[in-house]
Amino acid sequence: MPTITLIEHCGTSHTIEAETGKTLMQNALDNMVPGIDADCGGACACGTCHCFVEGDWEPASGTADAMEEAMLGMRPDRTEQSRLSCQIEVNDALDGMVVRLPEYQM
Amino acid sequence: MNQAEKLPDPNTTPLAQFDLSDPRLYEQDAWRPYFARLRAEDPVHYQSDSPFGPFWSVTRFEDIMAVEANHEVFSSEPTIVIGDLTEDLPIEMFIAMDPPKHDLQRRAVQPVVAPQNLAQMESLIRSRVAEILDHLPVDETFNWVDRVSINLTTQMLATLFDFPFEERHKLTYWSDLAAGSPEMAGGNVDQEERMTGMMDCLETFTRIWHERKTREGGFDLISLLQRDPNTADLVERPMEYLGNLVLLIVGGNDTTRNSASGGVLALNQNPAEYAKLRANHSLIPGMVSEIIRWQTPLMHMRRTATRDVEFKGKQIRKGDKIVMWYLSGNRDENTIDNADEFIIDRSNPRHHSSFGFGVHRCMGNRLAEMQLRILWEEIMQRFSFVELVGEPERVQSNFVRGFATMPVKLHPL
Ligand code: HEM
Ligand code: FES
Repeated sequence: MPTITLIEHCGTSHTIEAETGKTLMQNALDNMVPGIDADCGGACACGTCHCFVEGDWEPASGTADAMEEAMLGMRPDRTEQSRLSCQIEVNDALDGMVVRLPEYQM
Repeated sequence: MNQAEKLPDPNTTPLAQFDLSDPRLYEQDAWRPYFARLRAEDPVHYQSDSPFGPFWSVTRFEDIMAVEANHEVFSSEPTIVIGDLTEDLPIEMFIAMDPPKHDLQRRAVQPVVAPQNLAQMESLIRSRVAEILDHLPVDETFNWVDRVSINLTTQMLATLFDFPFEERHKLTYWSDLAAGSPEMAGGNVDQEERMTGMMDCLETFTRIWHERKTREGGFDLISLLQRDPNTADLVERPMEYLGNLVLLIVGGNDTTRNSASGGVLALNQNPAEYAKLRANHSLIPGMVSEIIRWQTPLMHMRRTATRDVEFKGKQIRKGDKIVMWYLSGNRDENTIDNADEFIIDRSNPRHHSSFGFGVHRCMGNRLAEMQLRILWEEIMQRFSFVELVGEPERVQSNFVRGFATMPVKLHPL
């Protein structure tokens, strides 16, 4: 099980043993990490599972497709590191990944 | 269905004779069995004739999300209600635009309703809500729609725009005009009155824009638009300025207003839920989402096919209208457990279709939730029971699901 650290906007950090094959969003919810709403349930259709992938994890976590890009485009706080956590499937290569959560979801 | 006749029997009438655009289905609150049958028997349904022409109805939650996700095939242009645009006023609203233009315009105004800005407005909103509630008559019947829902949302709009407070009723008036044209949604607003009103709206807000230019540091929507480089010259593009204003006014008016009324009805029809709320005020945020689901203040959005496409086994042709019935998605048992029931402590209350999905997903959803949360927090500080004492009257529209009157009596704590 890969270990993933999620850091809330206020600085509180949560290190979870993530389940592979599930999305990062689902893993965060299963571990009661606050800061992700996931209103659409993982359909890439609401943008409320926004997160920032730290450092060099982009190759392993994949890149946003056109739909995800479109949804991310609506986030006022979007950065280069922005991803929708429901579109990141956890795999062993993500062991050690650090993800920051935004101040708010909308 | 001939709209002059009695509504047909939902269980025995052939589906081909259903008219989902008939505003009486909603005015009489008779829509449930019609949509239940469609979800079960023909979830992507073609209606070959209606006063608004032929259209498809998409009635399942998952299918609604799939349509919204595919904005290249299912376009928001030229309009997002069942009827077509009839007027000469080319108001530009990003709700009826596709990317990339939609994205540019929305991006410019979206930060205005981001939660940090909302937090700045919370105490002012709370004091205005308190003021309204403190002036209500106790132990006497009055109309909740007028005295609370409309009053509250009108004040809220005035607060958001920092609009002259004494003239705030104009905002509601313009909103009703903009949302109520009969060609578009089966409402009953006169076309000429609508044009005159919209021009008055533009003139008023143009004046406000210029007056406000000289002021600094405001947190109202106009000041925020002026400070953002993308919209700093919005006033130079009158139809876009008007479009954004109308969108923010309508978006934040009927919807929140009818949720404020719908909550009272839902709690009265479900006394056990009201009891849960009285025992535990921390249920309010989840209850607000449930009220918004249960009410579904905007019953649908429409898309138009940009090319021939097969969708869920149906052959949709270029130019066809596709109506996504959020009202029905919110009752879809495949997605929502006990979907017909009002349950204020659902485990996943935000998973509903009332705000839509995809790039057009409601921009003001956090604002709406905040207003309703504050309303219920303040109600629960004052009254043990907002008692419904008669039948509410619903508005005539196939787009806005709302109430004209709702007689209530207040019981103080
Ligand atoms: C309970 C209250 C509300 C409900 C149910 C609601 C519902 C909706 C729906 C269904 C859409 C279209 C979504 C789609 O096409 O996928 C929408 C869009 C929109 N709403 Fe709301 N709304 C509410 C409150 C508000 C408020 C308070 C505002 C004020 C800021 C607002 C502003 C907007 C705007 C600007 C859009 C257009 C977004 C776009 O096209 O990108 N709404 N809303
Ligand atoms: S959960 Fe809705 S976009 Fe990720």
